[in-house]
Amino acid sequence: MKVYGMPYSTCTVRVLTTLAEKDEEGYEIVPIDLQVGAHKSPEFLKLQPFGAIPVLQDGNLTLFESRAIARYIAEKFEGKGTALFGKTVEERALVNQWLEVESHSFNPLIEPLVVQLVFAPMRGKEPVESVVKDHTYRLEKLLDIYEAHLSENKYLAGDFFSLADLSHIPYTFYLINVAKKGAAFTSRKHVNAWWEDISSRPAWKKVAAL
Amino acid sequence: MKLYGIASSTCTGRVLLSLFEKEVEDFELVIVNVRKGEGKKPEYIKLQPFGLIPVLEDGDLTLYESRAIIRYIANKYEGQGTALYGKDIKERAKVDQWLEVEGQNFNSAIRSSLGVVSKPPIDEVQLTETFGKLGKVLDIYEEHLSKTQYLAGDFFSLADLSHMTTGWKLFDKYKQGSILFEGRPHVKAWWENISSRPAFKKLLEMI
Repeated sequence: MKVYGMPYSTCTVRVLTTLAEKDEEGYEIVPIDLQVGAHKSPEFLKLQPFGAIPVLQDGNLTLFESRAIARYIAEKFEGKGTALFGKTVEERALVNQWLEVESHSFNPLIEPLVVQLVFAPMRGKEPVESVVKDHTYRLEKLLDIYEAHLSENKYLAGDFFSLADLSHIPYTFYLINVAKKGAAFTSRKHVNAWWEDISSRPAWKKVAAL
Repeated sequence: MKLYGIASSTCTGRVLLSLFEKEVEDFELVIVNVRKGEGKKPEYIKLQPFGLIPVLEDGDLTLYESRAIIRYIANKYEGQGTALYGKDIKERAKVDQWLEVEGQNFNSAIRSSLGVVSKPPIDEVQLTETFGKLGKVLDIYEEHLSKTQYLAGDFFSLADLSHMTTGWKLFDKYKQGSILFEGRPHVKAWWENISSRPAFKKLLEMI
């Protein structure tokens, strides 16, 4: 198995963390250096026509989109490592539900924040205040809903850790631990407890060390 | 089973399509009209805390997010109606991949276009801009669909289905977007193929 990507890229990390949770080490990381535009090279575009990382190659399967790759890994290695999809058809549906919430409601708010507060400064640019303010406000409102939900459920899909929780880790880590702007999370009791729990998992610590 | 939403909503329509493809008739559509603010009512927020449609209630399970619901329906009714998730784990992964592409790349581009065409008089500059972005995505689809009949392979799946309600709004409801087919014969053929499916025609009768 090969993972084309970069160990610091949030979407690659989503895949690496899933592999770590499944205790799966039988893969090689093939670096695709975004700084030199390797993701737009003709050879890479043959693998991933949208020019984005990561890509998984497993035998004759070439797969892209980190959440699709994570689902594939969770299913392929079912029975090994952490169960990431729950135990029943209904639990799996709830995992998918919160994966969609992460993808369509959470990610569009936190990604621009991380871009402004972490990646832009790395490139010598100032954060755009209006973007930071607007997205922070909307993220806070979203996390109010998470707070209510997590006051009744230990994890997002129920009382079991799943891909849905995992999928939130990469960008949240960048906002809280790298940008040090995690007040939206840390000021909410149950969201904070959930974050402390999922970010202290051995699989995550292993990937974060890369 | 109860489905909360409204047939004319692209997300509710996505779920209705999957139920029709699976030949499931044993459900009730409970109208929740978000344009009238019905998504903000306290009873509804208990079902869907984000105030969005649709929601599926199936026994003890309350499920939201249309792409999660269609996966659930495809899994629950495996072996009945159209196979929507492929035959094995690798085909399923391809379906998930193109569902993500639809959700991440196609959806935001087509929604921007719909935002422009649904508010006459149409701002031609904005239309050109949004169609430009959608066109870039469709260029990739064109190349891909020159090699396979459907998105995940040579089988119809949830991935193709997921494009149909937003696609219908642009091409058929607002009669815009046919320019996007120019120079993209495989995208055009794919659209004409999937939009001729009986389940789709059944949905259109409801709208």
